[in-house]
Amino acid sequence: MIQGKMTSLQRVLTTLGHQEPDRVPLFLLVTMHGAKALGVSIKNYFSKAENVVEGQLRLRARYKNDCIYNFFYAPLEVEAWGGEVIYHDDGPPNSGEPFIRHFQDIRNLAPPEVEKTPCLGRVLKATQLLKDKVGDDVPIIGVVMSPFSLPVMQMGFDKYIELIYEWPDLFEHLMKINEEFCVAWANAQLKAGCTAICYFDPVSSTTVSTKKMYLKTGFEVAKRTIARINGPTATHMASGRCLPIIDDIPKTGTAIIGVSGQEDLGALKAACRNKLSVLGNLNGIEMRRWGPRQAEEHVKRAISQAGIGGGFILSDNHGEIPWQVPDDVLMAISEAAHQWGRYPLSWVNENR
Amino acid sequence: MVNLVENFMEALLSLDSLTATQMMNAQNNRMAPIKFVEDVVIVALERIGARWQEGTVALSQVYMAGRICETLVDEILPPADPARKNQPKMAICMLVDHHNLGKILVYSLLRASGFDLLDYGTMAVDPLVDRVKKDKIEILLISTLMLPSALKVKQVKEKLAGLAVKIVVGGAPFRLDDQLWQEVGADAMCQTASEALAVIHALMGGVS
Repeated sequence: MIQGKMTSLQRVLTTLGHQEPDRVPLFLLVTMHGAKALGVSIKNYFSKAENVVEGQLRLRARYKNDCIYNFFYAPLEVEAWGGEVIYHDDGPPNSGEPFIRHFQDIRNLAPPEVEKTPCLGRVLKATQLLKDKVGDDVPIIGVVMSPFSLPVMQMGFDKYIELIYEWPDLFEHLMKINEEFCVAWANAQLKAGCTAICYFDPVSSTTVSTKKMYLKTGFEVAKRTIARINGPTATHMASGRCLPIIDDIPKTGTAIIGVSGQEDLGALKAACRNKLSVLGNLNGIEMRRWGPRQAEEHVKRAISQAGIGGGFILSDNHGEIPWQVPDDVLMAISEAAHQWGRYPLSWVNENR
Repeated sequence: MVNLVENFMEALLSLDSLTATQMMNAQNNRMAPIKFVEDVVIVALERIGARWQEGTVALSQVYMAGRICETLVDEILPPADPARKNQPKMAICMLVDHHNLGKILVYSLLRASGFDLLDYGTMAVDPLVDRVKKDKIEILLISTLMLPSALKVKQVKEKLAGLAVKIVVGGAPFRLDDQLWQEVGADAMCQTASEALAVIHALMGGVS
């Protein structure tokens, strides 16, 4: 263990090196709660980079979070491609009708230019302002949708499955277009000040794909894409399962895996030891009805399953805490992480 | 019969609709079409659903298998064919959400199993309630992906109070929180699309 007070970045880098830092890092991936903190609607909140900057700084100060999360909302990338985004008062913006209506539309598809796309520009501006505020003390986590998972929003899940099975040439063509965009978007965020990129890839999870299908599709896409991203990446399955492909995921070049609350965290940690760091896996949907005591129990359980030896960041299992999760639960998670996550985790060993 | 189901299931998982069709046609002289649907198609789809839960079958295979079966069953049992099940009036929808896969899976599977049901697509709460009343729906199936949509089921339930409409829910929020369906007042929850069959059979005892 490294003694003394560490910055959030030092803490995270130490655990990513599979060493024990001063305590388990906490990535409380709050996005919409920034709107609550500022007293504005979710739509208003995400309309200005300055709102997100202020929101993230306030949330980090309140919950003593070990990262800044520049994620606005999942359909941001759909918006960049000209698709529809539907706002709600009580949840994340949602993608509307898919903008690829016919398979043949893929032939004429061109990726948006990152620097000329206003919604992406807002994220980059927020990232730059956040970097000016936090410097090198706190990692700033950027977000991309994987080229393999983005088509769910681009064309609808049913049509996408049909594309994979029945139109292999068009599928490969779409992957090439999406890969170009994904790499450009990830590298623009890194250039703006992000420390690492979270590569959301739920379609690669074994909740959606079999291992055989993953190795033929999402795995190859991830290998090609991540190799061209100019910084570290964390692959996130957004609540999807991944234990059957856990030995394959490091071969894509990623450093972290965001895992599901529906899998055994201890088994995942054992399988990942010294190869991948594990991010997870508090159940964000259930979290909404936890009380402070339950929150503490869940934090303790996660730390006891995955904390020993480093290589673990405590987080939720989806990559976005629901709007309905109350402040007292988030505070309880934070307090429990700070209390029970302090290394060495003697209480874990004593309880074994 | 065991081999027939296994072979039919393998044809579906290999997306081999030609073999699946040939297997069905080969049984023409031995069993009534509805019997093939009940003893082979439904059993195969239920097993595929169970294998998805085990993690040995992809969601994409579940979808494609349902689509193949829906086409097959439409050929032998056209909509409104008297051999289709004597059933309660049913509808399926997504609630303020455009993520359609779950809805399509259940819709295909129920049609492939000989049921007829209305597809409302994406609905907001009030228009959904109006439509359910107008169509005199007895079983309403709601598919959700986003938590806010799942929570809105409670409003649907409240606005349908006093009517004999059973609400069946499914989708990621309900799988991730096994108490959520009761919290929003649903009458049943399906972990998988194929569970919808058993749930509807159970509810039919109460509504038909």
